[in-house]
Amino acid sequence: MTGADLYIVLLAMIGGAIRVSTPFMFVALGECLTEKSGRINLGHEGNLVLGAMVAYAVSFMTGSPWLGVLAAGGAGLVLGAMHGWICALPRVNDIAVGIAFMSFGTGLAFFFGKSFIQPSAPGLEAIGLGDWTGNSAIAQALQVNPLFLVGIALAVFLSWALANTRWGLILRMTGDSAASARAMGVNIDLVRLLATAVGGLLAGIGGAFLSLYYPGSWNEGLSSGQGLMAVALVIFARWDPIRCVWAALLFGAAGALGPSLQSIGISQGYYFFNAAPYILTLFIMIASARSKSAASDAPGELSIVK
Amino acid sequence: MTSSTLTRRSLLRTGAGCVAAAALPFNMARAQTPIVLGAVYVGPRDDFGWNQAHALAMDVLKQVPGVTVIEEENVPETDAVAQSMESMINLDGANLILATSFGYYNPFVIETARKYPEVQFRHAAPLWNKDTDPANAGSYFCYLNQAHYVNGVAAGLSSTTGRIGFVAAKPIPSVLSNINSVLLGARSVNPAAVVQVIFTGEWSMPVREAEAANALVNAGCDVITCHVDGPKVVIETAEARGVKSCGHNASQAPLAPTGFITGAEYKWETIYKIYADALATGAEVPNFIAGGYHNDMLRNSDYGAGATPEAIAAADAAIAGLKEGKPIYVGPLKDNAGNVVIEGTMDNYDPVLDGMSYLLEGVEGSLT
Amino acid sequence: MTMTSTSPLAASGLSAATLRRIEALAIPVGALIASALVFSVFLLALGKSPLEFYGLIWTGGFGSSFSVQNTLQRAAPLILTGLAFAIPARIGLTLIGAEGALVLGGFSAAAVAIPLVTGGVTAVIGLPLMAVAAMLTGAVWIGLVGWLRHYRGVNETIASLLMSYIAIATMNFFVEGPLRDPASANKPSTMPIGELYRVGPIPGTTVHWGLAAGLVLAVVLHILMTRTTFGFAARMTGGNVRAAQAQGLPVGMLVVGCCAIAGACAGLAGFFEVAAVHGQANASLVAGYGFTGILVAFLARQNALAIVPVAILFGALAASGGLIQRRMEMPDATILVLQGIIFVVLLTSETLYGRIAFLQPRRSGDRT
Repeated sequence: MTGADLYIVLLAMIGGAIRVSTPFMFVALGECLTEKSGRINLGHEGNLVLGAMVAYAVSFMTGSPWLGVLAAGGAGLVLGAMHGWICALPRVNDIAVGIAFMSFGTGLAFFFGKSFIQPSAPGLEAIGLGDWTGNSAIAQALQVNPLFLVGIALAVFLSWALANTRWGLILRMTGDSAASARAMGVNIDLVRLLATAVGGLLAGIGGAFLSLYYPGSWNEGLSSGQGLMAVALVIFARWDPIRCVWAALLFGAAGALGPSLQSIGISQGYYFFNAAPYILTLFIMIASARSKSAASDAPGELSIVK
Repeated sequence: MTSSTLTRRSLLRTGAGCVAAAALPFNMARAQTPIVLGAVYVGPRDDFGWNQAHALAMDVLKQVPGVTVIEEENVPETDAVAQSMESMINLDGANLILATSFGYYNPFVIETARKYPEVQFRHAAPLWNKDTDPANAGSYFCYLNQAHYVNGVAAGLSSTTGRIGFVAAKPIPSVLSNINSVLLGARSVNPAAVVQVIFTGEWSMPVREAEAANALVNAGCDVITCHVDGPKVVIETAEARGVKSCGHNASQAPLAPTGFITGAEYKWETIYKIYADALATGAEVPNFIAGGYHNDMLRNSDYGAGATPEAIAAADAAIAGLKEGKPIYVGPLKDNAGNVVIEGTMDNYDPVLDGMSYLLEGVEGSLT
Repeated sequence: MTMTSTSPLAASGLSAATLRRIEALAIPVGALIASALVFSVFLLALGKSPLEFYGLIWTGGFGSSFSVQNTLQRAAPLILTGLAFAIPARIGLTLIGAEGALVLGGFSAAAVAIPLVTGGVTAVIGLPLMAVAAMLTGAVWIGLVGWLRHYRGVNETIASLLMSYIAIATMNFFVEGPLRDPASANKPSTMPIGELYRVGPIPGTTVHWGLAAGLVLAVVLHILMTRTTFGFAARMTGGNVRAAQAQGLPVGMLVVGCCAIAGACAGLAGFFEVAAVHGQANASLVAGYGFTGILVAFLARQNALAIVPVAILFGALAASGGLIQRRMEMPDATILVLQGIIFVVLLTSETLYGRIAFLQPRRSGDRT
């Protein structure tokens, strides 16, 4: 590999990180919030796909992609709130309900999405952060969607709010020990309901990014499991919003590895290059699992880490 | 394989008109009996690609009096398709099944055909073997690479860099033939033209397809084309990057108002019309139909804004040539590792081409 | 069982165990009826007839001997993948990677078959070898997840999901590369195992033997988990790991053991997909059975025996889905929506256990 080739691959990975990471970021942040409250919602694949369909449909019907984003958030909010409400009932398993909502959300999206596969809906515009360079490859790599910036800002805000605000304290306490939160007079079911609903909203917005920006169209194969993977990334990111962003960026960059290596002529074993995000994540997890006490980062009430 | 290929070659030479003569003497002459036709699709019927092309052409059959068309979409290539076909037969009385996805044939179409000898099965790939497969099964297929050759001609003259990007799903013969035909088409008008290919490894993986299209544009390609199940994402990505595009399977012209050149499309309706006529008159449904431009089974999408006047003229000439049987693969041709893979001139329907396992010199990319 | 009212049923002399059984039947049945009602509202809002819809579900799922066999055939892999989720769940692990174990298991069976078939080994020896290879591969693959979980502290949910994607990539690599049958041109596959190695249907039916294997394993694993020391220790570990460790239970061995059992179940499902359905390994093995199995297991409340009827319910819905598409002109996603509603309502109904007054035994004195 020459220096020029390396440059192409690196640029593609940076571009890929920016292009591909946003849905992962939104879902992961939403799930992070949910899990911080002590609930797990595995159903974000459903929110993501339904959000993508709703955003596309609304953007097509109204001509306003941002209205589509709002509608996607609304759809995600409803699914999330339903999850949160059902899981407040005694004996109901949140993981199972999440998987049920994955099925329900994708089912609804496919059912109502049939008539929106054909039309072209207006998509979201990008901000050309690299346009001043006059280099088309750099300009392309640095095409940034506003939602990407919103996602990063949100992560910073969540990180700050969880540590420094009363709301953050209540949320963390609910997630770490329901008993002590209850003793403080916190309505834990309400906290979890809100956290799950907001988490669902974020996942829905992640879906809007898929259908309105990148790859920027609606069809049934659009997500190919990104919502489920993003939920898994939260565990990988150890329930830290900033680390969620890094995980999403890493995942996006690794996803760009396969196509960009082929574009410079390295295509032997492309199945494994295409699986790079999964392989990389697994190895990082194995390598780091015992280096710090991973479990201590986990909210104590979380069923999946108990 | 040899005897069936001989049949097929003679059959292809003479065109669709003689197809009935090659059909086995299985008689569906029951004009009075209502015909229930079951169509099975592997994906959604409106995918801007393979399934949509079939579903649109199925409308021809719906017009035939006495023919009822029942359809199932998103049927995976597992025993689910065998069950779906049997369900159509047992519960809806289907007597003609059109199985439209490649992976349906072996073992599912073959086994179901053996089990229901009174039902006719036709499968959209050139796989039926007269000697070993059931007589109530059969194949129909169009050699789309001819239309991709036309894509290549138009792309070669519409491109300024001479680099054409190709997003491909898997390195299988039908895909490789399309890639190589694009190259040969482009080289026929621009000897320096190059095709760069990226394999995604999946028939439908929108994010990776977009990534691949972007990587090709970054590598200097100014025309993008593809062979994936639903080309929508690739064409839209090319349009968004401001480069030109050529379509695949169905018309994607509306998706790229500024950059669309033309696209390779099936004309399944030609074949379905033959079936419909046979059904309407109570004649035999032919076991094997295949073809290309010479028997009106392909078309190229209407030229878009991306096609230059020279490109349009050259593409039209190429179509006229293909209709007269002008060969695409004219040897000696080398693969991109330097080995001679085609010595002499190949007929456009030479069965040797069905086993294509190489990328020609001038294609950048590798198979594994 | 916290409510203590004296119920009429209890007063009528029914034992606590009987009452629990009535409850365990009444709640899911009630939930199914409730979800059918909810879905009826959905249908009415779309202007479709719920009566026609449920009539078709019955026709397609159970209405004839063909429909029943269609249902059972579709249920077969789901029983095995349901077990693959349920067994680790009893020890407190959430494994969502059965898909990968199924794919790799099926692939191993096909790979092992290559030398056996070419060597002319009889199927009586060859088939068990293939099955063992599939189960071993699955057991090692998921066992590795358990090992990583217990000895390295790697979260098993995410590790199993990641390994699932890696398993599929591995299978694709071999199927399109080193182990590709050159004859499988357009659908890369391993060499066919041949007619001699095909597992036929259960005599008198069209359903393959995977169903019988699933039934046997469901019973065996139910006994293992409820009646043996291993099962007791596993469930105790699932209840409280620290307590189990304090008791001196070999927690690591139990975790890896349960995971290996799960992997073996999924691998066996893969074996039947290859030996009974496809006759070779290819990308069609990735059919989503592993993921559907998760839902099956949850709806069965991780009870090995209950997995059987739940899998049959799923099979019936899948079997009748095509009929709904054909007769009511509704999209394939209709069944997905119905499934989603059933899942949500059934899981919500969990909250009713122990809370329906007249199904509760008196607090004491009624245990014999």
